[in-house]
Amino acid sequence: MAVRRLAADQPESFAFSAETLKQAQWWIAKYPQGRQQSAVIPILWLVQKQEGWVCEPAIRAVAQMLGMPVIRVLEVATFYTMFMLEPVGSKALVQVCGTTPCMLRGSGELIAVCERRIGQRDHLSKDGQFYWQEVECMGACSNAPMAAINDYYYEDLTPEVFEGLLDDFAAGTRPEPGSAVERVNSAPEGGAQVLTDPKLYDGSKAKKIKIPNLPEPA
Amino acid sequence: MVGILEDKDRIFTNIYGLQDRGLEGAKKRGTWNGTADILKQTPEWICEQIKNSGLRGRGGGGFGTGLKWTFMPKQESERPHYLVINADESEPGACKDREILRNDAHLLVEGALIASYAIRAHTAYIYIRGEYVYERERLEAAIKEAYEARLIGKGNVHGWDFDLHVTHGGGAYICGDETALMESLEGKKGQPRLKPPFPAGAGIYGCPTTINNVESISVVGTILRRGADWFAGFGRPNNTGTKLMAGSGHLNRPCVVEETMGIPMRTLIEDHFGGVRGGWGNLKAVIPGGASTPMITREQAETALMDFDHLREYKSMLGTATMIVFDNDADLVKGIARISYFFKHESCGQCTPCREGTGWMWRVMERMASGEAEMREIDLLLDVASQVEGHTICGLGDAAAWPIQGLFRHFRHEVEDRINAYRAARGVYAGAAIAAE
Repeated sequence: MAVRRLAADQPESFAFSAETLKQAQWWIAKYPQGRQQSAVIPILWLVQKQEGWVCEPAIRAVAQMLGMPVIRVLEVATFYTMFMLEPVGSKALVQVCGTTPCMLRGSGELIAVCERRIGQRDHLSKDGQFYWQEVECMGACSNAPMAAINDYYYEDLTPEVFEGLLDDFAAGTRPEPGSAVERVNSAPEGGAQVLTDPKLYDGSKAKKIKIPNLPEPA
Repeated sequence: MVGILEDKDRIFTNIYGLQDRGLEGAKKRGTWNGTADILKQTPEWICEQIKNSGLRGRGGGGFGTGLKWTFMPKQESERPHYLVINADESEPGACKDREILRNDAHLLVEGALIASYAIRAHTAYIYIRGEYVYERERLEAAIKEAYEARLIGKGNVHGWDFDLHVTHGGGAYICGDETALMESLEGKKGQPRLKPPFPAGAGIYGCPTTINNVESISVVGTILRRGADWFAGFGRPNNTGTKLMAGSGHLNRPCVVEETMGIPMRTLIEDHFGGVRGGWGNLKAVIPGGASTPMITREQAETALMDFDHLREYKSMLGTATMIVFDNDADLVKGIARISYFFKHESCGQCTPCREGTGWMWRVMERMASGEAEMREIDLLLDVASQVEGHTICGLGDAAAWPIQGLFRHFRHEVEDRINAYRAARGVYAGAAIAAE
């Protein structure tokens, strides 16, 4: 388990923006009548997108919106590790995957870069622009090592490339997510060896077919 | 040719995202072809076909998908039926569903419609892990296209009213367990439920629910289009079909690829993943199917086949067929200690053996990795691991114990050497250094 607590310093109040409210209603409409509690994780996520983190007044506001006891929302906010319970960097939240597949391919070097440039893990940098943490498997293991920066995945990183990315974020630009080496998504480096048959893509697969094994008409 | 499976037999024809991901592109590759004819059949016929195909759950459990569907009530009552698709891919090593979600999502949408019809559900939820933000955007876009083309939705062209919603988690591995997923979907902490009641009796909102992995659902359309016997023609009896497989770790060209079940592990590694770094002789161990599956050695990897039953013979498992490869330079003990930390971090805290045991095992593993342990602690660790295993509500306790058991089954001597070396260097034994949390 991860022990997670609310930050000591909390803002006075919280208000949903018009856009957040609109999106929250869209989420609530996905679930059956009376089951609006199901939207609590997506709505807390919207709050985090709006504010950068999840503060205590926001937890109360979400509880009120969904008709839930505050403690139930607090439980969710502290249970799920994607919710940041303290302010994060104004330029970037850097999440380096440190689990074994990434570790084997050099996530330790990425972590060293973070320690040198940003500072202590799980802390705001001195200038308030960056915040970094080591996270558990992000599910991009064939593209290890990787880091998620402001939600998007940057893959097949080397310390040099990673430093360049941090420079870009510090300069206020958003580099294109994806692999840093010569490969497309999860295809092998150097190009895909399979799925090369042109017949797969010439439209012949869309011709009318007869479904096999149909029952004999009675 | 590379590997065994031919291009013409691949289900996922856009797994690398090189082609058009949109509906038009997907249709051109055969998705949604004949779906209307399939939905004219009875749900029983569909379940029977999927059973005949031998499709076993692709999320790691390996339970028969068609059989699972037949557990649902045969009549709709006042409690609606639900299909829930588990896209909470979080096991270290596993990165296959992600490729479907972002590049071949229409196969999933089509499969969701067919599976929902087969279990008489009018609503399905796809529970995607929160970190897959881009993948969620792609999936939402695919669903929107399907709605606009009236392939799904109320009054769609297929005649079976069907709503498909995406929902997401918040970064908890435990929500990949089906009952924890249901709790999370209901807006609670993801703590697994006791079974029974089984989901088919009382799942989300107390209603009959079937939970399937993304890949299990995505292959359904193509199986029915090409015939159960076509799918059953790949692999070995009881382990049929094709499967997405992935490699990570010390490989020359790690990637995700679709292959036939039962492909020799060595062929998979050498043909598709560019071989082990430094050559086959440099291979030390393989974790075959996600971090929880026990590792096997190079000698075993020579002959291992990538299917459920064969890897059982090596006291391991296929899991999600997403392997982690260690070469001779790798620090195996540290690698497993990091996996132990993962399970400690992801334990939901509900059952005492897991909440306390995962942290305890991690701390001892860290000391094993540095050599700063006592020799007798090896047996103690294995004893504790066996007491965590099987004594928890869900499988996380088992999953935390297996990698440790796998390590000591094959490489106990290495840990012993390390402890001896540590002591020899120090002269005296320093005692446990990692304080309890």
